[in-house]
Amino acid sequence: MQRLEGLSKLSGAERYLDDEPLEGTLKGCLWGMTVRSPASRGKIRQISYGSDFDWSHFVVVEPRDIPGPNETYLIENDQPVLAPGYVRHMHEAVALVAHEDRNLLRRAVASIQVEIDPDPPVLDFRIAPRPDQIQRGTDNIIKRLQIKKGDVHAAFANAYKIVEGEYETGAQEHVYIENNAMSAWMEEGPNGDVVVVRGSMQCPYYVLNALKHALQRDETRVRVIQAPTGGGFGGKEDYPSTIALHCALLALKARRPVKIIYDRSEDMAATPKRHPSLVRHKTAVAKDGRLLAQHIEVILDGGAYVTLSPVVLSRGIIHAAGPYFCENVLIESKAVLTNCVPYGAFRGFGAPQTIFACERQMDRIAHAVGLEPVEVRRINLLRDGQTTSTQQIVSGGTDRHALLDSAVRASDYDKHKRESEAFNKTHPYLRRGIGVATVLHGAGFTGNGEVYLNSKVDVGGRSDGKIEVLAASTEMGQGTNTAFTAIAAEAAGLNATDIVIGVPDTFRVPNSGPTVASRTVMVVGKLIERAIDDLAVQLGQNGKPLRGSALKAAISDWHKKNPGKELKGRATYAPPPNVKFDDKNYVGDAYATYAWGVCIAHVEVDLRTAAIRVLDFTAMQDIGKVINPVLAKGQVQGGVVQAIGWALSEEFKFKDGGMLNNTLTNYIIPTSDDVPPIRVIFHETPYPFGGGGAKGVGELPMDGPAPAILSAVAHATGADAKAIPLTPEKLLSLLPQNC
Amino acid sequence: MNVFMPNTLAEACDLCAKQPDLIPLAGATDLLVHWPLRQSEHDKSYLDLSKLRELRKITWAADSLTLGALTTYWDVLQDSRAKSEFPLLCESARQVGAIQIQSRGTWAGNIANGSPAADGVPVLMAYDASVTLTSKSGARSVPLHEYYTGYRKSVRRTDELISTITMPLRKYDFSVFHKVGARRAQAITKIGLAVTREASAAAPWRVVANSVAATVKRCPAIEQLLQSASPIRKPDDFSSAIAADVTPIDDIRSTADYRRTVLARLLYHSLNGVCPSVT
Amino acid sequence: MQEHFIPSPIHDRSAAVSIRFNLNGRDVDIPIDPTERLLDTLRYRLKLPGSKEGCGEGECGACTVIIDDLPANACLIPTFQVRGCKVRTIESIPASSLQPMLEAGATQCGACTPGVVVTANWIKEHSDVLASNTMRALMAGNLCRCTGYDGIIDGLEKWIGKPPGGRS
Ligand SMILES: Cc1cc2nc3c(=O)[nH]c(=O)nc-3n(C[C@H](O)[C@H](O)[C@H](O)COP(=O)(O)OP(=O)(O)OC[C@H]3O[C@@H](n4cnc5c(N)ncnc54)[C@H](O)[C@@H]3O)c2cc1C
Ligand code: FES
Ligand code: FES
Repeated sequence: MQRLEGLSKLSGAERYLDDEPLEGTLKGCLWGMTVRSPASRGKIRQISYGSDFDWSHFVVVEPRDIPGPNETYLIENDQPVLAPGYVRHMHEAVALVAHEDRNLLRRAVASIQVEIDPDPPVLDFRIAPRPDQIQRGTDNIIKRLQIKKGDVHAAFANAYKIVEGEYETGAQEHVYIENNAMSAWMEEGPNGDVVVVRGSMQCPYYVLNALKHALQRDETRVRVIQAPTGGGFGGKEDYPSTIALHCALLALKARRPVKIIYDRSEDMAATPKRHPSLVRHKTAVAKDGRLLAQHIEVILDGGAYVTLSPVVLSRGIIHAAGPYFCENVLIESKAVLTNCVPYGAFRGFGAPQTIFACERQMDRIAHAVGLEPVEVRRINLLRDGQTTSTQQIVSGGTDRHALLDSAVRASDYDKHKRESEAFNKTHPYLRRGIGVATVLHGAGFTGNGEVYLNSKVDVGGRSDGKIEVLAASTEMGQGTNTAFTAIAAEAAGLNATDIVIGVPDTFRVPNSGPTVASRTVMVVGKLIERAIDDLAVQLGQNGKPLRGSALKAAISDWHKKNPGKELKGRATYAPPPNVKFDDKNYVGDAYATYAWGVCIAHVEVDLRTAAIRVLDFTAMQDIGKVINPVLAKGQVQGGVVQAIGWALSEEFKFKDGGMLNNTLTNYIIPTSDDVPPIRVIFHETPYPFGGGGAKGVGELPMDGPAPAILSAVAHATGADAKAIPLTPEKLLSLLPQNC
Repeated sequence: MNVFMPNTLAEACDLCAKQPDLIPLAGATDLLVHWPLRQSEHDKSYLDLSKLRELRKITWAADSLTLGALTTYWDVLQDSRAKSEFPLLCESARQVGAIQIQSRGTWAGNIANGSPAADGVPVLMAYDASVTLTSKSGARSVPLHEYYTGYRKSVRRTDELISTITMPLRKYDFSVFHKVGARRAQAITKIGLAVTREASAAAPWRVVANSVAATVKRCPAIEQLLQSASPIRKPDDFSSAIAADVTPIDDIRSTADYRRTVLARLLYHSLNGVCPSVT
Repeated sequence: MQEHFIPSPIHDRSAAVSIRFNLNGRDVDIPIDPTERLLDTLRYRLKLPGSKEGCGEGECGACTVIIDDLPANACLIPTFQVRGCKVRTIESIPASSLQPMLEAGATQCGACTPGVVVTANWIKEHSDVLASNTMRALMAGNLCRCTGYDGIIDGLEKWIGKPPGGRS
């Protein structure tokens, strides 16, 4: 099946928020802008509004205009909607301004001076804070988590070799091509006026909860609608709540519609990024290359507020030991508060960081015991029946060894390896190499997350016999609507044209949970199947579900008999059997299932410039059943290229904890000319509890490329890099002089 | 903001003479970047050169090539002779931005903008280009390597416009251009190098580097080193000449160290086997 | 000199000067605000919001339009510069022709897509440029964060009617 909205996107007909005319609900719309902090930490002494402007013509919102608590509702409500007299990071929102003339507004906002009495900021999460830098508890630690299996210390005593390494990954900006965009207006409802917010977002119910909390309204008086969303990658998971609040506050005060469209530099400077990490490994290895003990320490830079850091840390540590069997594992971790822009969700959610470290460590282990990198992985890869670091018994039937073998074959690993080594002996300045990474990715929310979420999906039978899927899951490019249509059509025995996907609108759709964690097709897809079943059973006789044209006809008939009424099938999340997780001790089934992958990268390094080019890339992925090959392949290719950027060029430059290179000119994502075709091969092991047999595909592709590429660079040059992005500047310092 | 839209060079020069604060506008690929955010620039006055047809020409004479000031990178890439006579122009043009920039950005704008990272300037300089500056009071020609007087400063008076860029037609038996950016397209140069060797000339070498000094910089010490025949056996043997010619810095895009080292390596590997003293 | 001079409407709106250009085959006359970029004229004034703004700095190509038969970034063009020019936007490309791009997965979130399609369509109409440039180099001015570019390149190959390239 082809992407539903594909032709409308290709022909430019799709209307994103900024494309809509200021008519209808947006008639008389004002533009909103944000006044931001010029410093990383301190007391706001004064906000002075430029004297060249008649401020009575502008709508200005300061913290005192917030009806409820000045808090952005999330895990901990520590992030203010507008800085309440004290700022904790550069570019933090301090006040809001709206006006109908966008250029005049830009000038007016530029005239506003925010004066700060500075306090000492924490800008390096790797260094213990001084007393005057403490801002949370006694140590600035946002969250500590631990995983313990067996006894690492005893194992270290008996090791053949002990391998130690310290690995670092940098922040990453999402660079969705549609910048953040939000609109808000007022409507009349049965219980009084309603604040309506419509915008680019991943999680309408996160936004709804944030609005309810800070505006002190119940869900009948706030309404959130998703607009077509031009990319998210996690970047539109939590921050749209903040922008929605900003927009709503301006609209409430102005009593007029308001639109906030970030420009690229504001979007890059102010919104969350991928958490930077520092991961230390100490591994006890047997002579034959088996892992005897893994002692891992994970530290994440959490940024200035808690936001999603605890859950990112959680996913991070569960993936830290990699797809390997080891009897003794100790993982200690913390997320640390700093005065950097808060870090948030980004494709992979902590796993790419810890997997990077784990895979680099595997290469160094291979080196220490004299094994080929593929070999050391083959020796240690999990087999069904063995346990992960949380003592989850691996099952599901994926043969990870076969996966590795077929990736080696498909990529011509051995031939490239031989030829590269021969090439390197003769070329004056080019060096080629090949590298591998084997990865896993837990599908769905961590631990009992799905149980707590308790997601719901409705399907509506319409009078024309069609079935409308009502879920809060959003399409942001990953193909949700197309996949849902296919799953619903299959479940109902109908054609795709008989399925309609309802717009995520909190007045119409139940909370199917956030569109994150590769959970949408697997978890929500399954709920759609069950909701359709519910509908089909309601209309059938004696509990026998109807299918196909009979179902369609029954839906129409029902409406003839019950004019004006709503016909719905419903489903609520039910965990797969025997999945249990102890989230206090981090023991048990951390994820209902895992997706598995192997990445093989072939690279060329130019010793003159230390520039790295990926020549060839193979991604072998087991994501359960592939619902839509074109869409799934696109997810993998896009994820791999995003990971190539993270590995090689997407370097953050910070000044006072703020992004200095907040432009597409200076923050370097790959162009089409920087990457090779990405070879994607799917290995299908259907997962019975996922929609259509699918596990998640969204995030797995982000996990393997960075370590595979660095592994290849090590093979090519001998440079054993331990940090990304591995820019040419950094690689140069690892290469011999006088190359 | 006021905009003047002359149709001839003479009109344009008249306007410049009357109003010295007019900002010339050609392809606008430098001037319009982040335009909505640069509100104070909206209050200035501009002179739109884009419709001055007479400046859009590429002229081959018996002993020279002249690019009108509105010549774009794409124009040069379409010129069949440019590729054989002045291959570095094409190499550089092909690596400026991407096609959307190559189609609008002009060589003269690249010169006038004065960025030390400009990619058009080093190859023009390596071909001994000179710039014609035209004003109401007449025209003068300035060798490009004498055009800049400091960071984004030049000998151009505010009443002058760049009208043409001229390169002598010569026989070169070697030329090379390197652009090192953070990616293969759409990249601002971190370090760039253009080298030409004129066949049977007394001082055959032209070495020009960009992004390693306050301006694009011709490198006389390196040129002399190449001519001197003193043996060069490794990249570091260029170090003292590099130190004499350029002053790279750490900035948002790269480091001084990287720039110095890479310049040496590019010189060494490009000239190894070409310049007899480099082995 | 009056007709060659546009004063700022901020100072004097009544003195606005009009320009004429050809937009997707039709001549349009519009009064000019000298501070306005072609991208804003198209999107907000002429109600053609197919061209997108991804960066406003010439990097992403989401705003790509064709001016006098060459791709250009509409975010870097002052509208008065297109007087007398032929401008083509995404709206001039019929959806029905885009099936090959769709099938190859050339779009995901769609934000880069109109710009991608405008450049791709130009390459298709000038396929002789492929003699001296690779598709990947010609597409490098269109950043896409979703597809990893394979869907775009494969789609363009299909669209042009070339057999899909080998993977070497
Ligand atoms: C995305 C992007 C990528 C880019 N990539 C590169 C790159 O790879 N390499 C590179 O070198 N540059 C690059 N540039 C910069 C720019 O495209 C070039 O410098 C281009 O040559 C500028 O020409 P223009 O005609 O567009 O200049 P404009 O923007 O019109 O003008 C630039 C400056 O020159 C002045 N000027 C223009 N013409 C004249 C004249 N005839 N007489 C006097 N003054 C004049 C203007 O007043 C202005 O100060 C890039 C720009 C962008 C936006
Ligand atoms: S918006 Fe014009 S290039 Fe990005
Ligand atoms: S499809 Fe989303 S950026 Fe290209």
